[in-house]
Amino acid sequence: MREKNISEERKKYLRQIKKNKILVVLTRLAIVIVFIAGWEILANIGVIDSFIASSPTRIWNTFINLSSSDLMMHVGVTCLETLIGFTLGTILGIAIAIVLWWSKFLSKVLEPFLVILNSLPKVALGPVIIIWVGAGMPAIITMALLISLIVTVMEILNGFLETDKEKIKMAQTFNANKFQTLTKIIIPANIPTFFNSLKVNIGLSLVGVITGEFLVSKAGLGYLIVYGGQVFQLDLVMTGVIILAIVAAIMYQAVVITERIIVKRS
Amino acid sequence: MKNILELKNIGKKYQAKNGEIEALKNINLKVQEGEFVSIIGPSGCGKSTLLSIIAGLEKQTAGEIYKNGEIGYMLQTDSLLPWRTIYKNVLFGLEVRKIKTSENEKYVQELLKKYNLYEFKEKYPSQLSGGMRQRVALIRTLATRPSILLLDEAFSALDYQTRIMVTNDIFQILKNEKITAIMVTHDISEAISMSDRVVVLTNRPGTVKKIHKIDFEMENRNPINCRESPKFSKYFDTIWKELDVHA
Ligand SMILES: Nc1ncnc2c1ncn2[C@@H]1O[C@H](COP(=O)(O)OP(=O)(O)OP(=O)(O)O)[C@@H](O)[C@H]1O
Ligand SMILES: [Mg+2]
Repeated sequence: MREKNISEERKKYLRQIKKNKILVVLTRLAIVIVFIAGWEILANIGVIDSFIASSPTRIWNTFINLSSSDLMMHVGVTCLETLIGFTLGTILGIAIAIVLWWSKFLSKVLEPFLVILNSLPKVALGPVIIIWVGAGMPAIITMALLISLIVTVMEILNGFLETDKEKIKMAQTFNANKFQTLTKIIIPANIPTFFNSLKVNIGLSLVGVITGEFLVSKAGLGYLIVYGGQVFQLDLVMTGVIILAIVAAIMYQAVVITERIIVKRS
Repeated sequence: MKNILELKNIGKKYQAKNGEIEALKNINLKVQEGEFVSIIGPSGCGKSTLLSIIAGLEKQTAGEIYKNGEIGYMLQTDSLLPWRTIYKNVLFGLEVRKIKTSENEKYVQELLKKYNLYEFKEKYPSQLSGGMRQRVALIRTLATRPSILLLDEAFSALDYQTRIMVTNDIFQILKNEKITAIMVTHDISEAISMSDRVVVLTNRPGTVKKIHKIDFEMENRNPINCRESPKFSKYFDTIWKELDVHA
């Protein structure tokens, strides 16, 4: 940092920025606190029926009780399924995008199929998946994969095709072959595209996993939520949803942090 | 002096769905070793196409080319790779051509030192000014030791001052390294100030309209001092009139 002699204006400006940032964070915190407190109070005075809507203390108690039993197991199962689906989706997605980039003919041929597959609600394939790969973890992972794969392929292929033509031409002035163009220009130029699709994929894989767990599973957060609904225990449902939100946020942050480590220069 | 490049009746037709575009027709040109030739002509007359054909990026649809040396091609944009350091950028061509020997690396380091970029070698392109980036791009091209250098409006992205400086630098570099150069430009002064000959092309399909021999009859001519010669404005007027759309 070369900020030895900053001007007064600069200092004022920096202070202002910092102040704004703190204000934003504080407001966010306030919203959460007001929401939780409001919920709790309304539930206590009976405006909200806590049997249907639960309440923060009930959720907390459920959470404590669960953690003594098998909450961690459920969270672990969902995380594992999501990670496997996510990793497979990303690797396969990149591989397919590379193949389609390599062969213009193939990508032209497959274009309408990709578009149809992309707009098809993958949940509709649930029964087919269960029959083909069996009910259980493989079906859930397949669901996660199906939901994230096509989007990944389309997004990454799009990034590949939009790579700066001048850079490709520059490589060709040194007689770069197609493989060199791929590894030295296309892939490094698309690191940001990869990370964007990772961020989208985390969300999509979770959607796939939870959908899959709704349909078939005997464990996982999706199972917990569905089970809670079936025995009409809304505390369990709410607890499941909140843990899910936390898991999603942590996974998303993991991608963001990885990105920051890998893409050092801005 | 012998010819290092010879173009014989070069023609190029582009095929597209909605028709055929004849970009070049009957181009004949001989370039001698060490010569600096500029190509000037109306927009869209096929100048870039001609360079791409010489470089082998496009195939001509008529005529023949004889090349007697390695070609280096400097595009209009510097096309530095933002994810590589300056040093890794200048090594790009050597890597791709699989000739990244320690001898060539040493040559690159010399070039970086000579053109005041050595201390920036671990920086990233975004940290350099436009003129510096252009010089980096030039060194990247020179690293593979081309004997013929093609320049496609390589300086048009620079402001006037920087442009004069960079063209002067590059002129000296080319003379030092004894490199033959073919430069496409829109700028008549730039063409006259750097060249031994200026080739004027016609509207599309581009053909050679006229070739002007430029000679200031001065020792140690460079792109800056030749502008003071009385001959400079004479050349300028002649070429200006020739490029006139109504002529
Ligand atoms: N790949 C291509 N396919 C079809 N037509 C092309 C292609 N490349 C160039 N052309 C056409 O050929 C003609 C000559 O193009 P070129 O880029 O060589 O002109 P230029 O003299 O370099 O123009 P400028 O001065 O604007 O750079 C133009 O009409 C252009 O539209
Ligand atoms: Mg051009």
